[in-house]
Amino acid sequence: MRRLLWPAVVLVLLLVLNVFFTPSFFSIEVKDGHLYGSLIDILRFGAPLILVSLGMTLVIATGGIDLSVGSVVAIAGALACLQISQDASVFTAVVLALALCLALGLWNGFLVAVVGIQPIIATLILMVAGRGLAQLITDGQIITVNSPAYKVIGGGYWLTVPFGILIVIGVLAISAFLTRRLALGMLIESVGSNAEASRLAGIRSRGILIMVYAFAALCAGVAGLMISSNVSSADGNNAGLWIELDAILAVVIGGTSLAGGRFSLSGTVLGALIIQTLTTTIYSIGVPPETTLLFKALVVTAVCLIQSPSFRAKVFGRRGRATPASPAPEEKVRVSA
Amino acid sequence: MTALTVGRASIPAKYLPVLVTACLLAAMFVVGGIRYEGFASGQVLLNVFIDNAFLLVVAIGMTFVILTGGIDLSVGSVVALSTMISASLMAGPGWPPYLVVPLVLLIGSGLGLVMGYIVHAFDIQPFIVTLAGMFLARGLCYTIATDSIPIEDATFTAFAQTRIDLFADLWISPSVLVAVLVVLVAVYVLHYTRFGRSVYATGGNEQSALLMGLPVGRTKITVYTISGFCSALGGVLLSFYMLSGYGLHAVGMELDAIAAVVIGGTLLTGGSGFVLGTVLGVLVLGLIQTIISFEGTLSSWWTKIFIGMLLFVFILLQRLFSARSRR
Repeated sequence: MRRLLWPAVVLVLLLVLNVFFTPSFFSIEVKDGHLYGSLIDILRFGAPLILVSLGMTLVIATGGIDLSVGSVVAIAGALACLQISQDASVFTAVVLALALCLALGLWNGFLVAVVGIQPIIATLILMVAGRGLAQLITDGQIITVNSPAYKVIGGGYWLTVPFGILIVIGVLAISAFLTRRLALGMLIESVGSNAEASRLAGIRSRGILIMVYAFAALCAGVAGLMISSNVSSADGNNAGLWIELDAILAVVIGGTSLAGGRFSLSGTVLGALIIQTLTTTIYSIGVPPETTLLFKALVVTAVCLIQSPSFRAKVFGRRGRATPASPAPEEKVRVSA
Repeated sequence: MTALTVGRASIPAKYLPVLVTACLLAAMFVVGGIRYEGFASGQVLLNVFIDNAFLLVVAIGMTFVILTGGIDLSVGSVVALSTMISASLMAGPGWPPYLVVPLVLLIGSGLGLVMGYIVHAFDIQPFIVTLAGMFLARGLCYTIATDSIPIEDATFTAFAQTRIDLFADLWISPSVLVAVLVVLVAVYVLHYTRFGRSVYATGGNEQSALLMGLPVGRTKITVYTISGFCSALGGVLLSFYMLSGYGLHAVGMELDAIAAVVIGGTLLTGGSGFVLGTVLGVLVLGLIQTIISFEGTLSSWWTKIFIGMLLFVFILLQRLFSARSRR
């Protein structure tokens, strides 16, 4: 697990940095039967990003990429809020929204696996059209809902723990079980290394590809419900805007190679937490919000540089240890299909 | 090499994606001409160039990067940063354009150079390095100013309003000339120089290129520098078009540029594609916009859905045509 060392170090550094500005940063207390504290807030507000990143991890593990998750986030929130505002029950609204997300994920998977369009372009279609679809659902307006039951998804508590965190733990547990206890993870990695070779070895790579895109869209859908429930409204324009980039970043910071073929779910969670902590830190230490992106760029570069074996070799001069020990992604032999 | 045989003539498979795009483009133009009055005129086609000159320049830079198997997500924000720097330097200290424009081009190329160096020297994936570059450039925009800065410099506005008359009432803007010049230089560099061949070789198979003794590292750094330069130039052209600098200019342009390159038949895995394909790709995107504006009644969300659908149909048709011929 040395791969997770550096992301963990960065996360700890960021958290410690916060203590200098907010001495009570690490304190967690129970008020009215609810957990409160800055750390809980990071988990709570980071929950949608962690979910989207988990889905993205499996897509990237197959060597693909999903640019449409941000639009799916917007669509899920829009449809659920529209249903609720039309007096549908919360259960129906959630099921309908997730069903639509599943369909969109299957569509992405179909384009990539069956039609054979490059993932970045196949999902670009839904990225562009999806935001239009979200606006179409909300009629270009921001739909506000007032439903205590719906509010639970993003803002509620269960056994003193915020409900969003529980959802993340649930999804993480299920996906970790499926990919690490069953053979599914290995099959995904095999498809990511070489889809054609794994097909010849008897793996239904098409099915696997379609499945990971459906999973990514479903995760994005849940994240969309969480976001819209937390603010009790759906904004087709801005909900989930650029979340796909943050998710891709989280995945890469977590040590998953964009070339596909291997992945780390715990790394992704670490990566998403780094991004969320960074955002919180920037606000809490009083940096002007317009420079947020600047800090993000610096931290991302720093994390990626210290993770890079050749950077460590060149700067810290540990040539004997770094370079031959860990296989670099580009050493993978490219076999054209 | 497989080839598609039409009658006696035989077309090499590598030209096929470009040809398919060209045919689909022609078909779009014909359908538009039948459907909308006043669509099938030369000026409508020229307007596509006038409105997309900056995208064309940016997409040409992107073509170099994608040909080596990389990707550059920073182009849109570098475009925005260029408009921002130009506008703020001319509005604030009142710098003359002949100082501002070279400085902006230098900054863009410098950013590209740094990103290329990081990609090459530290083996970090281009997607992430240029994503960081994207955040950096957008962040710099907002640190300069969060509002839009108008450009009122006399030389700039004069250049922006110049019309170059062609025959029969047709006209183009100077930006189109710049874009055409960039296209010609790019065609020459990619297809007639040693550097161009290294670009294709690096994208085809980096290991082989390295074993052949090609300067792979230098090639990779150079393509990102070219892309940075093209983005900055695109930014200058956009500031002629918009006559303002704004941190929210060109949001999402990196995706337009990537889409244009891919629609033009260049493979994202690198090693195969043409500059001419990218020109056609930009024309396709521009023509989609034109059709939407001729349609007139579409609301902004239907516009997005329509663009998505057309993009889908286009990629699907292209995929079908080129897949059939390969068998």
